[in-house]
Amino acid sequence: MWDQEIRQMASSHAIMASGVFMATVVPAVLVPGFSVYGTHLLWLYSVAGAVSVVNITLFWLLGVSSPTKKHTITYKVSRLVRSCLYLLLSCLFFHTVVILYGAPLLETALETFSLAVLLTSLTTLRCVCVLGPNVQAWIRVFSRHGAMSVWDTSLQMVVGCSVVGAWLGAFPIPLDWDRPWQVWPVSCSLGAVIGYLTGLVAAPAWIHWHRKHLTYKIK
Amino acid sequence: MRIRSSVFACFCLILEVLGIALFLRGFFPVPIKSSFSSKSKLSDVPPEPFTGRSLNSSKVPDALFKRVVIVLIDALREDFVFGPNGRKYMPYIRHLVERGSTHSFVAKARPPTVTMPRIKALTTGSIPGFIDVVMNLNSPALLEDNLIWQAKAAGKRMVFYGDDTWVKLFPKHFMEYDGTTSFFVSDYTEVDNNVTRHLDSTLKRDDWDILILHYLGLDHIGHISGPHSSLIQPKLMEMDDILKKIHGSLILKEAEGALPYLLVLCGDHGMSETGSHGGSSEHEVNTPLVLISPAFKKKVGMEKPSTVEQVDLTPTLALGLGLPISQNSVGRLIQPVVDEASLRDQLRFLHLNGHQLSYLLKDSMPAYEKEEGYEQFRVAEKSHGNWVKLVVEGNTSEVLTNMGKKVFKQYLEALRAMSEALSKQLGKYDIYSMVVGMVLVFQSPSHGGVSGGWSLSELDILLLAGTAGHTLSLSASSFVEEEHQVWYFLLNTLCLVVFQDVCRKYFRERRANFGSLEDDDYILPSNEGDVVASPLADLGVTDAGSEKWLALATPPLTLACCRLLRSLNQTGVQWAHLPDLGHWLNSFEHKMVLSLFAALSLALIYFLVQRRCSWVSKIALALGLLGVYSYRAAVGNVVFPWQHGGGNMSKGTVEARFVYVFVLGILFTGSKDLLRSQVITADARLKSRGLWEIYSGVVLLVALLFRAHNLPVLCCCLLVQTLMAQFIWKKLHYDAAQTTIMHYWFGQAFFYFQGNSNSIATVDISVGFVGLESYVEAPAFFLTALSTYAGPLLWAAHLVCYLSSEKRSSVAVGHGCYCLALLRSVPAAAYVVLVTALRYHLFIWSVFSPKLLYESMHTLLTVAICLFFTTMEQSRRP
Repeated sequence: MWDQEIRQMASSHAIMASGVFMATVVPAVLVPGFSVYGTHLLWLYSVAGAVSVVNITLFWLLGVSSPTKKHTITYKVSRLVRSCLYLLLSCLFFHTVVILYGAPLLETALETFSLAVLLTSLTTLRCVCVLGPNVQAWIRVFSRHGAMSVWDTSLQMVVGCSVVGAWLGAFPIPLDWDRPWQVWPVSCSLGAVIGYLTGLVAAPAWIHWHRKHLTYKIK
Repeated sequence: MRIRSSVFACFCLILEVLGIALFLRGFFPVPIKSSFSSKSKLSDVPPEPFTGRSLNSSKVPDALFKRVVIVLIDALREDFVFGPNGRKYMPYIRHLVERGSTHSFVAKARPPTVTMPRIKALTTGSIPGFIDVVMNLNSPALLEDNLIWQAKAAGKRMVFYGDDTWVKLFPKHFMEYDGTTSFFVSDYTEVDNNVTRHLDSTLKRDDWDILILHYLGLDHIGHISGPHSSLIQPKLMEMDDILKKIHGSLILKEAEGALPYLLVLCGDHGMSETGSHGGSSEHEVNTPLVLISPAFKKKVGMEKPSTVEQVDLTPTLALGLGLPISQNSVGRLIQPVVDEASLRDQLRFLHLNGHQLSYLLKDSMPAYEKEEGYEQFRVAEKSHGNWVKLVVEGNTSEVLTNMGKKVFKQYLEALRAMSEALSKQLGKYDIYSMVVGMVLVFQSPSHGGVSGGWSLSELDILLLAGTAGHTLSLSASSFVEEEHQVWYFLLNTLCLVVFQDVCRKYFRERRANFGSLEDDDYILPSNEGDVVASPLADLGVTDAGSEKWLALATPPLTLACCRLLRSLNQTGVQWAHLPDLGHWLNSFEHKMVLSLFAALSLALIYFLVQRRCSWVSKIALALGLLGVYSYRAAVGNVVFPWQHGGGNMSKGTVEARFVYVFVLGILFTGSKDLLRSQVITADARLKSRGLWEIYSGVVLLVALLFRAHNLPVLCCCLLVQTLMAQFIWKKLHYDAAQTTIMHYWFGQAFFYFQGNSNSIATVDISVGFVGLESYVEAPAFFLTALSTYAGPLLWAAHLVCYLSSEKRSSVAVGHGCYCLALLRSVPAAAYVVLVTALRYHLFIWSVFSPKLLYESMHTLLTVAICLFFTTMEQSRRP
């Protein structure tokens, strides 16, 4: 039914995944001494940056986000400002949640905030791209049976996978193996990125598999 | 006839407890012992090996030392003497270690690093089983062959001052003794003065051969304020002065030509970074061992002390005093001690030690002949015989010395191998009773089986996955050590998911379907019979808008509470040394803050609990909580605003008993109400009030037992319970199973918030003395168990109260009981299997066995709660 859209989604997801891949490989070539564990924050920001750039470009080109009714400059600017505000708030929100989960309050604040930035770029940014800075729409998509399009379903899955990935990534921390990836926040950010990639693969596959049974309410 | 599920669950749980008890019996091995229960005798001593015609002397070599003074300082950590601070802490001893005629070692204690097993290890030379920890508080006389018995049998006169565990272990062994009790942990001056006061007169006299001093003060300081406390240095300097005095008087007494003295300084166990002990961390295991005697060579500088086993001291002392080595000793001679003796004597010592070890090996291992050490010993014995023959024949060539040295090396090798083989032997299990226990344990969960058929929400998935995940996580030793992390993590996630549910309810579904809203309105007025008071009226909230915001604020508030409590007590192993709020509050400078905190918490506790009680209980509760504060003030934890300066510390017995009176009073009123509601009138309101009163009685008791810095834990517990019950569980229509699982998770998390961990060291035994003049076993055990499991207990009690105040309470209570039983029995059963599978794991004694004890205790507690549940459910049926 949505073959066209699924193909579109699969290819865009492939581009996003390769973006993550490039963000890992390119600095490894360019920056001397770069490694995912050793210079973790650098890797983290490179991935976050790459994901943001790829996401914004792709969704801008695809035009998935709900068409704006007004075309005035002020409206667009206010949308942009609101988006940035939401992203900042989401960073703070993730930071708070991670601290509630037991991250030290002050000592590793930079690492914790970097993780929050990564999570924001993996989840909130996509929400902003797909749904626009519209909290009502976000609440709709993330409540039960709230998806209204293929993109909504994929959004649910990618966001869910990223968050669950980061969540699962916290489990190895208490183990006393003394591995480099157990250092805070390596395992969580790795988990988030792996979860994100899984989501990117799983979303089109799942939608393709269930395309016969998928029905969406019209807005 | 069908048995109700809750009755059935109780039955299964009781069966499981029996199974675990049987399993424990098989799991904790009886320590290895020689088959003869007799003691080593002088006449049993083997003759010196000699090839050819036998005619040799079978006499024990002469003693090396005339007098021995053993100074045992409880919890003396290795770095207190040998570390960089050693020069500051114990200048005299440090000087001797560096320049005097001494030998110093790091003696490794085996876990459990608790005093009584360590004393047993030091005197018998065997390694006591883990179960000795449990018996630690109630030490019966030591019947095994031991050094003290041997010394007495050889006519040595012994004097003992210090920890009265020794006096209980060795009744009538000492010519003179004075035991001090080690239970008042808050006292660290008097205990030591009680030992030292005898010292001057004893040192003047000549009528003793062995003097043993056991100082407890350092251990107490460790328990109170940890190894970096400012109290440590003065205490260690005091110990140093005492050692200096003893050493001085020993030097004065030394007569020309007579045998030299030996002064032994040792610790029974170390002290972890938090100041407790019991586990197997480096700091708890490594103790210093300094031997001082003019018989040794003078040192020229600080050397890195070599490592020996703690049990090695036993054969060394035995041989040094010319006594037979006790039968069950697995230690081996500390060879540098006999360095100055002739080669022939040295070989003789090693031979005696080897002979004793080989006998023990024969007794404890069927295939002893295949053991590497045993063969080595046989070879060494033979060449020893040849060597002695040559010596007797008068041969004195260079070759002979070399040959002797070779024999010497062979002996050392053999001793090492045999000692290791014996230590390994310790982990023998009674597989039979373990299997029977396991089968019994498995009876219970296998009869479970959730009546499925509901569609799973995110919450259900989390609850099920979390329970399963936690059970699986128990298989990794780090996860057992850091179990609190798992629970905190799960609890946080739970709160977030609940938060999501609340958001959905108030933001989305409210607009979506009005039907459910009407349903809500319909329920509220109809339940006035069951609910004591409308939740909103209680807090003075009337309109629905603020209710919505309160409901929305509840999960974040809970999360914030959890984060706060988490940093109150650092627990576990890896991060236990990090500074936490609890230590900060307990330090002397912050006494005012602690007092303020405690007072605030008590006030809040009163506010949260009193709402549901009758006015009599309210007054009793208020007075009781005042009593709690004055008890804490009497003990010296907190101060009254009008009380300045240190003030006089007492045990606070009067205040504590004052509180006990009110606890009993409230419990009595509560149970009276309950009985009346069951027997005379089936009044739900009365019953609910009775339940809440019992609950508040328990809260009061726990408030008394909790340390002052832990009162916020209790306070947060009540706060979270109240908020969750009013705004989440009722409003969101969670069913009994979901509520039960949430209660269980909260209970587990609060167990760790209190500062508990899966190591025996964190059990706060000082609680057993609240309001008691001396140690009485039954109440002490009860109080300790109650305060340790206060978290799970309070949450389970709240569950009973909450479920029975619901509509259709009897079904809910039955269901809750069933779920609780299942929740407890599944991890316990899985853990029993895991422990069996991992019984040769490196950490089985240090990590998994304490957890097993905790699990079984918790299961026992759950049985009690489930029985209470069942009676509650029973009564509702006409």
